[in-house]
Amino acid sequence: MFAYIVRRVLYAVPILVGVNLLTFLLFFVVNTPEDMARMQLGAKRVTPEAIEKWKAERGYDKPLLWNAQAGGAGKATQTVFFQKSVRLFAFDFGASEDKRDIASEIGERMWPSLALAVPVFLVGLAVCVSFALLMAFFRATYLDLWGVVLCVAMMSISTLFYIIGGQYLLSKLLHLVPISGYQGGADALRFLFLPVFIGVVAGIGASSRWYRTLFLEEMGRDYVRTARAKGLAERAVLFGHVLQNALIPILTGVVAVIPLLFMGSLLTESFFGIPGLGSYTIDAIQAQDFAVVRAMVFIGSVFYIVGLILTDISYTLVDPRIRLQ
Amino acid sequence: MRVILIPVLFLCGCAEVWNDPYPASDRGQRVLYSVFSERPKHLDPAQSYTTDESQFTMQVYEPVLQYHYLKRPYQLIPNTAAALPEPRIEQRGGETVSVYEIRIRPGIRFQPHPAFVPANLALDRRRVDALESPYQLPLGTRELTADDYIYQIKRLAHPQLHVPIFGLMSEYIVGLKAYAAALKAAARPGEWLDLRQHPLPGVERVDAHTYRVILKGRYPQFQYWLAMHFFAPIPWEAERFFHQPGMAEKNFTLDWWPVGTGPFMLTENNPNSRMTLVRNPNYRGEPYPSEGEEGDAAAGLLADAGKPMPFIDRAVYTREKEAIPLWNKFLQGYYDSSGISSDNFDQAVRISLEGEPGLSPEMEANGIRMETSVEPTVFYLGANWLDPVVGGAMGGADAERARKLRQALAIAIDWEEYLQVFANGRGVPSHGPIAPGLFGYREGEHGINPLTHEWKEGKAVRRPLEAAKKLLAEAGYPDGRDERTGQPLVLYLDTTTRGPGDKALMDWWRKQFARLSIQFEPRQTDWNRFQEKLRKGNTQLFMVGWRADYPDPENFLFLLNGAQSRAKTQGENASNYSNPEYDALFAQVRHMANTPQRQQLIDRMVEIFRRDAPWIGGFHRKTFGLYHGWLGNVKPNEMSDNKLKYLKVDPERRAAMRLAWNRPVLWPVLLGMLLAAAAVVPAWLAYRRRERMAARPVPAAGA
Repeated sequence: MFAYIVRRVLYAVPILVGVNLLTFLLFFVVNTPEDMARMQLGAKRVTPEAIEKWKAERGYDKPLLWNAQAGGAGKATQTVFFQKSVRLFAFDFGASEDKRDIASEIGERMWPSLALAVPVFLVGLAVCVSFALLMAFFRATYLDLWGVVLCVAMMSISTLFYIIGGQYLLSKLLHLVPISGYQGGADALRFLFLPVFIGVVAGIGASSRWYRTLFLEEMGRDYVRTARAKGLAERAVLFGHVLQNALIPILTGVVAVIPLLFMGSLLTESFFGIPGLGSYTIDAIQAQDFAVVRAMVFIGSVFYIVGLILTDISYTLVDPRIRLQ
Repeated sequence: MRVILIPVLFLCGCAEVWNDPYPASDRGQRVLYSVFSERPKHLDPAQSYTTDESQFTMQVYEPVLQYHYLKRPYQLIPNTAAALPEPRIEQRGGETVSVYEIRIRPGIRFQPHPAFVPANLALDRRRVDALESPYQLPLGTRELTADDYIYQIKRLAHPQLHVPIFGLMSEYIVGLKAYAAALKAAARPGEWLDLRQHPLPGVERVDAHTYRVILKGRYPQFQYWLAMHFFAPIPWEAERFFHQPGMAEKNFTLDWWPVGTGPFMLTENNPNSRMTLVRNPNYRGEPYPSEGEEGDAAAGLLADAGKPMPFIDRAVYTREKEAIPLWNKFLQGYYDSSGISSDNFDQAVRISLEGEPGLSPEMEANGIRMETSVEPTVFYLGANWLDPVVGGAMGGADAERARKLRQALAIAIDWEEYLQVFANGRGVPSHGPIAPGLFGYREGEHGINPLTHEWKEGKAVRRPLEAAKKLLAEAGYPDGRDERTGQPLVLYLDTTTRGPGDKALMDWWRKQFARLSIQFEPRQTDWNRFQEKLRKGNTQLFMVGWRADYPDPENFLFLLNGAQSRAKTQGENASNYSNPEYDALFAQVRHMANTPQRQQLIDRMVEIFRRDAPWIGGFHRKTFGLYHGWLGNVKPNEMSDNKLKYLKVDPERRAAMRLAWNRPVLWPVLLGMLLAAAAVVPAWLAYRRRERMAARPVPAAGA
C-alpha cells in the first residue's frame, strides 16, 4: 500500500502543475495585469505610472509565460507564471494583492468553514443514510413512494430557496435564531444552527435517493435472503449486512468530499455572513485577486487528490478483498 | 427529534430574545450597530480612497479641517486646526506660490497605542509571533504635533505606497515630484524609510504646532483636500512599529491598524466579518455644533449643542454581503440604520400623489424615519467626442450634424422615466454637470436645460418628441435614416450590463432610441474591457458616473476639460469633450473664489455644455436612508465621513423595541415535533408488524 500511496503522490505533481497552468491561463484570458492593477487601485485618479508601479511591485511587469528577452532558463523562469507558481509547491502562498498574508487569512478562515461544513457533513450523512434505509425497509409501500416523491421534490429546489426560506421562517417569522452573523467559541452554536439545519435539509433529497438505490440493490442479493432465512431481525440485516456492503459506493462519494469541507461553502457562507474560505474565494474572484484565487484553487486541488487517495484506502478497510498495489 | 430539541433547549437559556446576533453583554450599552458590504482594501489614510474605507478611517484620523455637520451649503470649519487657514500668495524663486499656514490646537493626544511605547519599537520576533492583536502590548500616547501632519504629507510621495492623489498633488505641492524620486533612490528593500531624515521643500515646520504647505500657483480647492484623510496626521512611531519583522505576516500593518487622534480607535479589525471602533479615551471631547440650518432646531438636531462628543462608546460594523439578511436584521432592530434596496423599496416607501416619497405605514408604526439627500454625483450618458457619428472632434458640417443628433437624443431620452423605472425615483434628472447643492448649480426655472426642458406650472417638463425629431432631421437623419445614404442610423451603447436581469434596461434603451426611429445596438462587455475601450476612445455612447471629492463646482466642471481627455491623457474626461472656449473659462473658474463673477462664468460654461451636449442627459443620485427612532442626531451629510461622533443611541428604547419585535414563536416548533412524532408512531408500528410477520402467510387451521 505504501508504494501505491507514493506513486499516487508522485502522480499528483503533474496534476497540480496542470491545474495551476489552467488556472493561470483562464485567469489571464479574462484579466490582464493592468486590469488587476486598476481593480486594486480604484477607478478614480489612476495614472499609468501608478499602474506600472503596482505591476512592478507584484512581479506582473514580466511576460506571462515566455520571456523572449531573457537568456537560457530565464526564458521560462523570468515569467509571471513561473515566479508565481513555484512557491505554491512549498505551500508559500505569499500575500494577496492588497498585501494581506494569505496563509494567515486561511488559518483564520478555515475554522468558521469547518465549523459549518463538518456538522452539515456528519449530520447530513447520518440523516440521509437513515432516511434511505427507512425507505429501503418500507420498499414498495406508500411510505417508500412518498419518501421518493419527497426526495425528488427536495432535490428539485434550489439551495438558495432553502436558505432564503429558512431565514424567513426560522429567524424572521419565528425569531428562533439570528438570521446571519458569526461569533467564535460556544457562541458560534447560535449562528451555526440555521445554516447547518438548512445545509442538511437541502442535501436530503439527492443523497437519500441515491443511498436508497444502493441499499435496494444490496437488499436484492442472495446474502440478504440468506440472512433473513436464518432468522435475523430486519434491523440486523439492514445495519449488519446491507449498510456495510453498500458502503463502498457511498465511500466513493463521501470520503473524497471530506478534505474539501475545508474549502467552505460559497453560497451559504455569503448568505449567513460566515467568514470562511468559501466567501474568501468569492471575494477574491470578484476583486480579481489572482494571488488568492491561485492559492485557493491549488489548495482545493491538493485536497481533492488527498480525498481520492483516502477513498482508495478506505476501500481496503471496508472490503478486505481489495488490495492496493 | 434530539437534533431539534438540543439547540432549542440551548437557546432557551440564552436570553429573552433568541435571534439577537450580539453578545448579551452588549445590552444596555451605548453601541451603534451598522454594516459594511465591501471588504476595505486600505485603511492607510494615504492609500484609502473609497467611502467603504473612509467610514472607518475618518473616525480615527483627524485632518485639520472638517465640514460643518448641520449647515448647508457645505461649509469647512476647523477640526484640529485652530482656525481656517487663509492662503498667502507669495513670490518665491520667481514663482507665484500659495502658502497655507496651519496652526493646530495644542493638547490633542493620540489614541492609546503600542507604537508610543519606545520598548515596543524593538520587539523580539517571538513576541510578535505570539500577538493576536497589537493592543495586547503595553499602550502609550503622546501629543499631536505639526510634525505628524508633515510626516503624512511626505508619505504622499512614499515609494512603497500607492497614493491615488499623488499625481494631482505633485502638480501643486512644491518639490513633491522630485521628493518622490529622491525617496525612491533612498529606499532599501526591507528597511524602514524614515521620512524625517528627508526634507520636503513644499512643507515647512514653523513650531511644534504650526506648519506650512507651499503650493505652486493658486489652488483654492486645496482647503477641501485639507479636510480629507490624505492630510491627516501620521506619527512616525506608527510606521516604525508596524515595520518590525513578523508584523506583516500577522497582517499588522498601518494599512490595517489606523493610529489617530479621532474620537474612535479601531480595536477589532476583521474585514471578513466585523470591525469594531471603540471610544478613544484620549479624545479631546469636541463640542456638538450649536448652529445649524433652518429647521434643525425644530428637528431636535441642536438638543445636544455644546455637549462633548462622541455620544456612543462603541460602533460595531458587521459585514453583510447579501441584501436580504441586512434588511431583515434592520427590521428586527439589530441594525440602527439601513439603505433601501430596490427589492424592499415598496415595503419601505410610499410615493404620494404629488410624487413625493414618504415612509410606508408599516415603517412609521415601528418608529422608523427616513432621510433623503441628493448625492454630489452625476451619472451620464456620454458621447465619445472622437466618434465620427456622435462626436465633435471632426469639425465642420459633420460636427454640426453630430451636435444636432446629440441634442435630439438629449430630448428624446426620458431620464425621468429611467429614474422611476430603474431607481424607484431615487435621483434628480441633470440639467448640467454640477450636482444640486453646490455653488454654481442653479435651482428652479433658471436651472433647467432649455434645450431639453421647458418650465411649466412651476416645474421642468421635458420638451415634446417633435422637437427632437426636428433636430434629428436637421442633423441629416430624417426618420432615423441617413439622408446621404438612405441607411438607417444605428447607434451603439457600450455597457457592462449583460446579465439576464439587464434585459429590461436594454429594452428601455431600445425604446428610447426607437422613438426617433434610430436603431439601437448594445455592445455588452465586462468591466475591464469597458474601461479599456474608454481609455482608447473606442466607444460611441456609454454610461459612467462621478462622485465629487469636495463640494466645489471645479470638481464637476473638470470632467469636461479637454486637458483631462481620457483617450489622450488618461484623465477623467471620459467623453473626451474638447471646446477651447469651455477650457479657457475652466482655467479661469478653477482658481476663483465663490463670487458672482465665478457664477457668471460657470453659467456660460453650462450654456456651452448644454449646446454641445457631450453628455446626453443623466441624473444625480438621491440617497434614501432609514433610521430607527432610538438613533439621534441624524442628518444626511454627503461630504462628511466623520459622522459617527455626532450620533447618539437610546439603548433602553432599543432593547424594548427589540424585545417587542423578536419574541420567539414556539408553537410551530412544538406542532412540528408533534407531527413528527405522529408520523413516527405508525412507521414504528409498521416496522414492528413486519418484524413479527412470517415469511409466508400462515395457513388457516384445518385447511
